[in-house]
Amino acid sequence: MDITFDHVSFTYQAGTPFAGEGLRDVSTTISDHSYTAIIGHTGSGKSTLLQHLNALLKPTSGSVTIGDRVITAETNNKNLKPLRQKVGMVFQFAENQLFEQTVAKDIAFGPKNFGASDDEAAALAKQMVTLVGLPEEVLTQSPFDLSGGQMRRVAIAGVLAMQPQVLVLDEPTAGLDPAGRRDMMTMFERLHETQGLTIVLVTHQMDDVADFADHVLVMDQGALIKEGSPREIFADPDWLRAHQLGLPKATAMAEQLMAKGFRFDPLPLTSDELADQLLPQIGGAHHE
Amino acid sequence: MNKLILGRYIPGDSWIHQLDPRTKLLASFYYIGIIFLANDWKSYLVMTLATFFMIWLSKVKLGFFLRGVRPMLWLILFTVLLQVFFTTGGKVYWQWGWLAITQFGLSNGAFIFMRFVLIIFISTLLTLTTQPLSLADAVESLLRPLRVLHVPVTELALVLQIALRFVPTLMDQTTKIMNAQRARGVDFGSGNLFQQMKAVVPLLIPLFVDSFSIAEDLATAMDARGYQGGDGRSKFRVLKYHRRDGAAAAGMIVLTVSLLLLRA
Repeated sequence: MDITFDHVSFTYQAGTPFAGEGLRDVSTTISDHSYTAIIGHTGSGKSTLLQHLNALLKPTSGSVTIGDRVITAETNNKNLKPLRQKVGMVFQFAENQLFEQTVAKDIAFGPKNFGASDDEAAALAKQMVTLVGLPEEVLTQSPFDLSGGQMRRVAIAGVLAMQPQVLVLDEPTAGLDPAGRRDMMTMFERLHETQGLTIVLVTHQMDDVADFADHVLVMDQGALIKEGSPREIFADPDWLRAHQLGLPKATAMAEQLMAKGFRFDPLPLTSDELADQLLPQIGGAHHE
Repeated sequence: MNKLILGRYIPGDSWIHQLDPRTKLLASFYYIGIIFLANDWKSYLVMTLATFFMIWLSKVKLGFFLRGVRPMLWLILFTVLLQVFFTTGGKVYWQWGWLAITQFGLSNGAFIFMRFVLIIFISTLLTLTTQPLSLADAVESLLRPLRVLHVPVTELALVLQIALRFVPTLMDQTTKIMNAQRARGVDFGSGNLFQQMKAVVPLLIPLFVDSFSIAEDLATAMDARGYQGGDGRSKFRVLKYHRRDGAAAAGMIVLTVSLLLLRA
């Protein structure tokens, strides 16, 4: 299911003295089965863009095409439910959305809203809780008795239980410990590869962008200022710095090494690539 | 929510903005009190001119004030119509059974209308030109005498200040949770009354849980920074009356005297 933005602009509180610009003339396509990362510094419009992906916000001008539905400013709020099932959203600090008495009920909440029977929803809950790496025992526990990291997993399981075709993640690993972050990112990668899920990820972790994404959108002040593969985006460190963005650790290290006389072509994005390019150069130095 | 103008603050540095918040608070209450003195067109004219003078002093656009009246419009019209139809006396212009439009009815209706609009203008002026936190400071300072009666004034002020500070935070959180639940298939504001009430549960419970955790964190942070109760603390924002506050008070007295002289 492709998602296409056609000259989308969005203004917050349009028509009031407090109006503020959210998006400016954004045109792009998030294609089926892609892994798209959206980067940009705080307040650049990333989250506003995300909320257009399942019509939580509607463009003030322009149109968003999600699968076969076209969303414009005039689109009626009714009948958006099927759309919301296809595009699952994991918001920042998703653990704040938990409310049911038990984990099982909370995970089943989404599917039941979209018409699944109690039995189907319960089966899904069981399946999803294992998928996100929690023991089945938590199903009967209250979500508020869990640790922060476990709550986040339950919330994500609740979104995955809706069996979306597109998974939208707004900084899913913010505030997690390194092991939790790695687990979660590998889980999303596995879903992307085994189930062909389209993933849209907003993140400040450039390493995650380099490791997982195949398409990168760079936002600044509500506008889409650059898009391309991670290699294209990270090829110009000076441009990134000018837009207050960082580099993946491996790329940053390569840049420092280049100042000392090492040569890299293309710039490495991951530590493996860095090691691969570095080895012959060190070896060469030994032979002389 | 976004359409509500009453209760918003618009930054500025006009004469009114710079008044002491206590002066503004007291003057607003005083103004609302003396508007009931006005009882004929001359006294209402004086009040209207005084109000527009204050609005002009505040340098806030008139449109804001008109927008402040809009949500109350139906209440105002309802009251005015009651006055028009049920007041008797003077010349009768139209009658149908016990319903009548009379001279007194019409004038009473017009006065009630003016009273409503002027009171809303003045309270809008207060909130548009005063930061919520300064208002809380003003309340604390004005309530201080009640400490003699063992009213915990500093604690009340603390609660008020914390509440005001967290209104926007909780509003943001509400929007976020609403969006998250919408994405999970909740329809807010559709279906029959029972369905609508049920849809609020996934919003209210997370909000309460969130408030508890904010309260716990805030209390811990306050403890850690040495908060031991309201008594014996010094203040960072010290309120001080200036010459302009005296001028404002004098203005109110002039207004009262002219009302007393003019009213029928």
